[in-house]
Amino acid sequence: MTSLAPGKALRVAFGETIAELARTDPRLVVLDGDTGSSTRTDFFENEHPERFFQMGITEQNMLGMAAGMATLGLIPIVSTFACFIVSRAHDSIRVLIAQPKLNVKLMGGYAGLLAGMTGKTHLIFDDISIMRAMANMTVIAPADEIETRKALPAIIDHPGPVYLRLTRPNSPILFDDDYEFEIGKAVTLREGSDITVFSTGLQSVRAYEAAQTLATEGIDVHLVHVPTIKPLDVDAIVSAAAKTDLVMTSEEHTIVGGLGGAIAETLAEHHPVTVKRHGLQDVFGESGPDAALLEKYGISPSKTAEAVRETVRSHKA
Amino acid sequence: MKTAEPTIAEIADIARRARIQILKAVAHAKGGHVGGPYSAIDMLATLYFRVLNVRPDEPDWPDRDRFVLSKGHSSIALYTILAMRGFFDMEELATFDSIDSRLQGHPDMTITPGVDMSSGSLGLGFAGALGIALGARTLGKDFTTYVMLGDGECNEGIVWEGAHVANRYHLDNIVAIIDQNNLQQFGWRGDTETERLTPYVGDELAGRWKAFGWHVLEVDGHDIQAFLDTVEKARAVSGSPVAIVAHTIKGKGVSYMEDNYTWHSRVPTEEEFAIAMQELGDTKAGER
Ligand SMILES: Cc1ncc(C[n+]2csc(CCOP(=O)(O)OP(=O)(O)O)c2C)c(N)n1
Repeated sequence: MTSLAPGKALRVAFGETIAELARTDPRLVVLDGDTGSSTRTDFFENEHPERFFQMGITEQNMLGMAAGMATLGLIPIVSTFACFIVSRAHDSIRVLIAQPKLNVKLMGGYAGLLAGMTGKTHLIFDDISIMRAMANMTVIAPADEIETRKALPAIIDHPGPVYLRLTRPNSPILFDDDYEFEIGKAVTLREGSDITVFSTGLQSVRAYEAAQTLATEGIDVHLVHVPTIKPLDVDAIVSAAAKTDLVMTSEEHTIVGGLGGAIAETLAEHHPVTVKRHGLQDVFGESGPDAALLEKYGISPSKTAEAVRETVRSHKA
Repeated sequence: MKTAEPTIAEIADIARRARIQILKAVAHAKGGHVGGPYSAIDMLATLYFRVLNVRPDEPDWPDRDRFVLSKGHSSIALYTILAMRGFFDMEELATFDSIDSRLQGHPDMTITPGVDMSSGSLGLGFAGALGIALGARTLGKDFTTYVMLGDGECNEGIVWEGAHVANRYHLDNIVAIIDQNNLQQFGWRGDTETERLTPYVGDELAGRWKAFGWHVLEVDGHDIQAFLDTVEKARAVSGSPVAIVAHTIKGKGVSYMEDNYTWHSRVPTEEEFAIAMQELGDTKAGER
């Protein structure tokens, strides 16, 4: 098994890319909730200080002000930790951004289990469920720096609100430079015949590594990365599921209502098959080193491989 | 573009007629708010007929002044004034709160001509208005944004988040109008069975806006000339955001509603309706 090349953190790719896009797009403005050095909007501030607005630690207000700016044709990119965007400012998003379908881009950095030794207050892994349930909201979780860079122009061009789910740690590189991102499209990472695994965000990298390990054991995984959780690529999901008639979902997110929920709902309606949901169980997180957390909460590459083995085994039994 | 400017007496009459329309709409819909709309209506009439640079036949005109009714539960007051100002037909007021109507219980910017920002969850409209003001500055536009909040609404944390940020940016292209009618929906129990206590005692509320760095002006919100003068003063302030604390009476204009919290949202009985119409000088009194 060849391991993937190391890459930058998604948030770094995000910060660099929006600064670059703003060179040619005067509509872009950034609102920061006092976290720009973490979520990396500092790249944008350094290059475009006149379009960077420090809102302080006022998340509800910040999302509301972004809505006001959007009514004038600006495209506000609002960035702070995912937990504070999604839960602290939920009502602002719902009433002022999603209902009027305003063109505001919500960048939740530090989503998932890994938020740099911060503990459960800062960890959010029900954000996909929450944002997916909101009408008019598009939800995107890229896997690596390349996909993040490719997704951003599409997100900016997309009319209406988008929740971009980013993660904190550095991520290995999964995609080539010529990868083409399209909102609403799933991507096959590996063809296989024993089980179809759907994954999203950084978990797709772990699922990819797991699939390579499993191939050496004779388990042939069909792996589909789903960067857009909403709207879901229903056709691709149904046809991939039909290839194996055994499905596992895998995400750095609760199994309640996230990618697993979305896929289970879709397949129940369109192509009922066994769907095993792999991800965080019904828990809150804790502080600790990234690798230890992934192990403990069962979503490391090896734990992911184990989940696939178990799913295949129990299906055959 | 402003039409021929109505006099102070004419604005007072517009507000009087608006009160009649508001109660008719609420009685017809069998739902809605009355107390807050009545405390705000003199100011809304003044804003839309003498202050705001808007074009009723081109509601989305990009350079218009903006108005955000952050105390969105007073929507019927805004709708009535918008209709009187020519944004849509007066007949449409009869659809208030009904299915498929453009006049929803709380303002919806996506469907009602002249509504610049959705509101209804208290505190949010204020943030939206601040975003408009900061966005206008960023784009080099020189219109003014007006936003009206309730005093009860000022309980919300988001109001003070925004007050702080506006001061930090020295936003002087926004005027916040606080409709201080000293009652909210239910509020705090007083000494008597019917007494409900004010959210902010004395000059407490004005003091808070001052403490947040806002330039504060106070006025009687039912004195149209005084309100107009105060808005002029507010527009002349530069370097800091301005809050006009407008002292008002909830339910103003109908004797039994004034200062009575139960009229926050209540549908009048036939008898109550008739009395109100008489007091408001409706020539076709009693017609619902
Ligand atoms: C966030 C939120 N909480 C509660 C309500 C319910 N509510 C509607 S009006 C109101 C009282 C508002 O009082 P005030 O702002 O003083 O308005 P006014 O007296 O002018 O009507 C309440 C609690 C709401 N609309 N939004």
